[in-house]
Amino acid sequence: MGELLMDLGAWLTSGDQWSGVDGIANRLGEHLEYSLIATVIAAAIALPTGLLIGHTGRGAFLAINLSSFGRALPTVGLIVLVFLASGLSMTPVYVSLVALAVPSIVTNTYAGMRAVDPETRDAARGQGMRAHQVLLRVEIPLALPLIMTGLRLALVQVVATATIAAYVSFGGLGRYVFDGLAQRDLVQVLGGAVLVAAVALVLDLALAALQRALFVNRPA
Amino acid sequence: MIEFRAVHKRFANGTTAVHDLTLSMPAGGITVLVGSSGCGKTTTLRMINRMVEPTSGTIHVDGRDICSQDAALLRRSIGYVIQQSGLFPHRTVLDNIATVPLLLGWGRRKARTRAAELLETVGLAHDAGKRYPHQLSGGQQQRVGVARALAADPPVLLMDEPFGAVDPVVRTQLQDELLRLQKELDKTIVFVTHDIAEAIRLGDRIAVFRTGGRLVQCATPAELLARPADPFVADFLGAERGLMLLSLIPLGDLPRRPVPEGGRWELVLGPGRRPKGWRDRSAGDGDGALLPVRPLRDGDSLLSALNESVGSPCGLVVRVDTEGALTGVTSREEVHDRAGTAHASAARAASAPPEPAPRAGDHPPVADPAPASAPGTTGGAP
Ligand SMILES: Nc1ncnc2c1ncn2[C@@H]1O[C@H](COP(=O)(O)OP(=O)(O)OP(=O)(O)O)[C@@H](O)[C@H]1O
Ligand SMILES: [Mg+2]
Repeated sequence: MGELLMDLGAWLTSGDQWSGVDGIANRLGEHLEYSLIATVIAAAIALPTGLLIGHTGRGAFLAINLSSFGRALPTVGLIVLVFLASGLSMTPVYVSLVALAVPSIVTNTYAGMRAVDPETRDAARGQGMRAHQVLLRVEIPLALPLIMTGLRLALVQVVATATIAAYVSFGGLGRYVFDGLAQRDLVQVLGGAVLVAAVALVLDLALAALQRALFVNRPA
Repeated sequence: MIEFRAVHKRFANGTTAVHDLTLSMPAGGITVLVGSSGCGKTTTLRMINRMVEPTSGTIHVDGRDICSQDAALLRRSIGYVIQQSGLFPHRTVLDNIATVPLLLGWGRRKARTRAAELLETVGLAHDAGKRYPHQLSGGQQQRVGVARALAADPPVLLMDEPFGAVDPVVRTQLQDELLRLQKELDKTIVFVTHDIAEAIRLGDRIAVFRTGGRLVQCATPAELLARPADPFVADFLGAERGLMLLSLIPLGDLPRRPVPEGGRWELVLGPGRRPKGWRDRSAGDGDGALLPVRPLRDGDSLLSALNESVGSPCGLVVRVDTEGALTGVTSREEVHDRAGTAHASAARAASAPPEPAPRAGDHPPVADPAPASAPGTTGGAP
């Protein structure tokens, strides 16, 4: 065990391991690229959906049940399915990652909108705001902390799952995991896993800190 | 002037909240809507700025049918204050106040300047503007709510139990300030409350509703107290109706007498002839033995005098001028007599033909020799 940790340490810190196409720096870049693209696509779909459901109050069951649906969705199963349907490309990877990210964003956006005090919404209307002004000036700013939580959760889930890109022969930190498995190189598998976990953790902490800084003036 | 003509409101679930309401609320006056919970006060108020649309009937504000106007534009021209202040928690106090000016396109600079001005108008410190609503006390939040409603200087102000959630001391302060503001600004105010004492204090006219959204009586406070239209209104006004009537009558011309010489009680004066308290001569001397005195001014009410005469050790009410200097005393008996005749004359005045009504806060004598009377009831239960 101690030996394994020593080897892992050496693997993570060796200069060779960080450079080149199969180097950590490059794989990390790919991993972040996949994750960001998937999250942005998911946000483009999920934010308007959550806002619309929250603003109108219609389709709430969808927003609520989507999250359990999302949790039950087998990501690897989905990727294989889309892979079979569309052939070898990044499409199945993105489809799976987006499907994974959408529920967290929709659910949290919806929750944020619902958490806006009806009195506040009413007051906004009573001061003479039109529907879009109520949405843009009151509801969204008030829902923003929860919306950001949704985005953060989605991004972290996507980062943790983007390893599957390697499963269908693309890059990212998953390469180490799958290559390591194929080569029975335990150190490499572990190294990949540790890196993925570290990236997810760092992003989570950094975004949480950003949220705290942004919403320092909000009531507890 | 706000005019309801045969206004009816039935909600989708079948509840009739307002029943065939015909009522006019004079410009430049405070009309208070009172009644037990669920009798349609809020609904009535919210129909004025089209937060609720009437099922039938028409409402005119300053001669214009409100349904012919764009709802959002109408609302920007009417100040609206609600119970829990309804402030925007994510905006600073200053930005909250600037809401309507910004909607009206005044531009940030002008809107902020105006908001800062209003902070002062409603008695808030300048640096409160940079804070967020949750950093203020309930009373301060209500002040911000009032400032926000006044920001674009609308002629009409709707207030739905604005002081309902603050403690009695702060509530009295806020009421005083509303009266002071109203003297300066001369708005047409519609004010909803549960609290009959608040209605009496603030209202130029009071409209009493009963469950089912029926208006029972609309009258000046004095008229309402002296002659409730029916047992329901009498019951609603409560057991202290007689005392509340006294609260509307100023001490004014009640005779003042010199402080009696000798006797057991001596009135001790401080600098500037300000009364400090009663000293019991039979108990030796020393300031420590002073019993408290609450001197009254001419503008104070007969009710305060009655209260003071009961509390005073020798039954004398101490009177002072606006500077707080002693002007004389009035006996318990004189206060009681005046209270009695005041009741009788208020009842007579209320039944007399309409004449211009005095403003209660300005304390013209409602009692003899010049009985003030109230305009006749408009509206009322069919
Ligand atoms: N949106 C609504 N839908 C259905 N019924 C409503 C609605 N708003 C109010 N009501 C009903 O209409 C009646 C009058 O309500 P309203 O809020 O005007 O009373 P209120 O006099 O202001 O009461 P309170 O003193 O408790 O504030 C009540 O029976 C209430 O339940
Ligand atoms: Mg109400």
